[in-house]
Amino acid sequence: MMKKELGLFLLLAVISAITGAINPAFLSFVNLLNMANLIGLFGVFALGEGLVIITGGIDLSLGSMFALLGVVFIDLLTTYQVPWPFALLLVLMGGLALGGIQGFLITRLKMQPFIVTLCGLLIYRGAARYYTSDSTRGFGYGDEASTLSNIASGNIGGIPNTFIFLIILALILGVLLHRSVYGRWLYAVGKNEEAARFSGINTNLVIATAYVISGGLAGVSTVMFVFYTNSVSPSSFGNFYELYAIAAAVLGGCSLRGGEGSILGIVLGTALLQVLQNLVNILGIPNSLNFAVMGTVILIGVLADQQLQARRRRKAALAGLARTAPKKDSTILQSATALPTRTGDQA
Amino acid sequence: MAETLLELSGISKTYPGVRALDDVNLRVCRGEVLGLIGENGAGKSTLMRVLAGVIEPSAGVIRIGGNEHARMTVTEATQCGIAFVHQELNLFENLDVAANVFIGREKLAGGPLKLVDNAEMRARVTPLLERLGADFTPNTLVDNLSIAERQMVEIAKALSIDARVIIMDEPTSSLTISETERLLEVIADLKAHGISVIYISHRLGEIMSCADRVMVLRDGRTVGELARDELSHAAMIRLMIGRDLKALYTPPARAPEPGGCDIAGVVTSAFPDRQINLSVRRGEILGLAGLVGAGRTSLARAVFGVDPLLGGEIRIDNTPVGVASPRDAIRQGIYLVPEDRKKSGLVLELPIRENVTLASLLDHARMWLVNSAAERKIAKDQARRLSIKAPSVDIEAVTLSGGNQQKVVLGKWLSMQPRVMFFDEPTRGIDVGAKSEIYALMRSLADQGVAIVMISSDMEEVIGVSDRVAVMHEGSVSGVLERDQFSEYNVLRLAVGQALEIQEAAAP
Repeated sequence: MMKKELGLFLLLAVISAITGAINPAFLSFVNLLNMANLIGLFGVFALGEGLVIITGGIDLSLGSMFALLGVVFIDLLTTYQVPWPFALLLVLMGGLALGGIQGFLITRLKMQPFIVTLCGLLIYRGAARYYTSDSTRGFGYGDEASTLSNIASGNIGGIPNTFIFLIILALILGVLLHRSVYGRWLYAVGKNEEAARFSGINTNLVIATAYVISGGLAGVSTVMFVFYTNSVSPSSFGNFYELYAIAAAVLGGCSLRGGEGSILGIVLGTALLQVLQNLVNILGIPNSLNFAVMGTVILIGVLADQQLQARRRRKAALAGLARTAPKKDSTILQSATALPTRTGDQA
Repeated sequence: MAETLLELSGISKTYPGVRALDDVNLRVCRGEVLGLIGENGAGKSTLMRVLAGVIEPSAGVIRIGGNEHARMTVTEATQCGIAFVHQELNLFENLDVAANVFIGREKLAGGPLKLVDNAEMRARVTPLLERLGADFTPNTLVDNLSIAERQMVEIAKALSIDARVIIMDEPTSSLTISETERLLEVIADLKAHGISVIYISHRLGEIMSCADRVMVLRDGRTVGELARDELSHAAMIRLMIGRDLKALYTPPARAPEPGGCDIAGVVTSAFPDRQINLSVRRGEILGLAGLVGAGRTSLARAVFGVDPLLGGEIRIDNTPVGVASPRDAIRQGIYLVPEDRKKSGLVLELPIRENVTLASLLDHARMWLVNSAAERKIAKDQARRLSIKAPSVDIEAVTLSGGNQQKVVLGKWLSMQPRVMFFDEPTRGIDVGAKSEIYALMRSLADQGVAIVMISSDMEEVIGVSDRVAVMHEGSVSGVLERDQFSEYNVLRLAVGQALEIQEAAAP
């Protein structure tokens, strides 16, 4: 479990060291803080995505949610002059509500997560563009929400608040996922929903809650991004961001089959993605290759992880075999040699 | 003696640290049914995989049709006419019967595109299905077939490659009584056509009725061979376990108490026009027999809240209880040990510890945070109480044998307070030793005042373990037998919907 995170951390350290050696600007204070800010921004909703992926689902709607919630948020502050705490609350509730609707459709109406959230992606984006007639919304010269703006885009002792917020959030979600009953249920449901239901777990509620959390964090991210860019153009704001989140989660050890992944892994995955983006700039690699670099690293990372896991499992199986010999039979032998047939008596 | 078709001599297979097969000799004659028995882990499946070419033996010779092989590949095995009917059927549910029979060897039409010739394949499969007495057609989707019918497809597949030896690994473990009989007929027919069958089963009754010769494996060695006229349950069991099997039945320590679980007029979605009335008292084991598909599992699922209850009510100690979900049922102390433990009983990839506490985790938590120490203690207690064989409670359930996995499912419920427990085929695919442990456990639960319903298709188990037997037929209870009425004959009569003879005699 921890091996995966350690491997990811080492990869991150090695890549950073090499990049830093080639161009020391990479390790400059300014650059590191800039990266920390981006990691904070992208990490928050990646954590929500991670929870959804652990249930065996997926949330493709996040980027469009940012656009829709973003234009609403700016409109509330500028056009309607709503005091910022209310605007913030409304946006958070909006995120929770959208997550709740998606969760309802997936668990109660038994629709596939991919389809539900793909439709969400299309609908929210369309709604945002229609609502604004495709025009960019931004803050005027007034200071509609300077307090909130300071909180969202400020820093403490130089460390960006977004990053600090991500760390706090990761700690809270880490306890939720790895120490709480809900977290245990989430893994159980992700691995085997039927067995979880047969153990009296309200699996629908567990799954729907993951979507609600993801939606709520999307609301938080919306606010952070709005103050990062200071304007929202509804056709491009947040485009592809859900894919960053999925990539970070997968890189961080989440399996799209569900039931696997950790908070630390997702945070490290986000960090690695941002480091890669930064590295493309710093090393003077043509910016157009940005996505290609990211794709390649994810591909290699997941491949390497799978190979290592398979090897570890083979080793463990052989060790287990020696330990429980000679009465133990085929389960272990089979996994050890990856045989195609199985007997029903064994796993 | 008939001509020897296939001979394995001195077969050994060693894995690092374990000797799975040790100098095993096996001979199959033409048109012979060889029963192969042994406890789980005795090496039956490994031996058959050597024969099917899946595993390379470390030593020994395979002689077939006059040729000697140090090892076989899957292709060679097929060419030599060895076919495998798998215990867990390896069929493609999304394809039709003909496509499954010819999978990997599709008949191609001529022409540059080499398209698959479906008509040709169907035409070739039809006579095979007729020969097996199957009442489905080559274009039936496998998804729509029952397990017994799927088995027929596997056998048709074996026939289509002109198999000379068909290996059947636990073929009847999911079949109803009548389907089993049908399969035994098919085996007799194969035999009449000169095809040999190697029949692996835990069900000794079937071995008795179909085998010409029985070979017993224990710990990877051949421990004995019984000719047809030497066959008896006792002889086979003695060889398998090296000791005599105790009588199964242990009477309850005290008379059943009043109270328990009443199932009154319950209607399940499987049989919306039938009502089920059944009561099980505290302290008794009620066997629930019947053919597969008689509605026993549907009843258990409805009482446990998995499927909706379409009518009637469930009372525990004369108090009606609501069971809209498994959560409700569990709150009432109604637990189910499901038929398919890997799918519904366990989260295989989670450790034993987390499986044991899965249903009761909130009780071992404060403010929703899991108390790891308490959790570990519960799991260890259960592992000890049930003698789960595992190096620690932190290893994944998937690495355990069937019997130990079942014990983990039991541990989950025993760590709570059961009032009514449903066991659905509790010992399916479990070896003899673990079986008797599970029987003893059910008895001790009953003696603690739990009402136990044991659904079982294993006649020996139904008659040997239950205090009373209720038999279901097409969605309702067709009769209840007291111990003095227990007989295979009586259970079967009720299971096929006939009244007991005594009752007929009493009628005017």
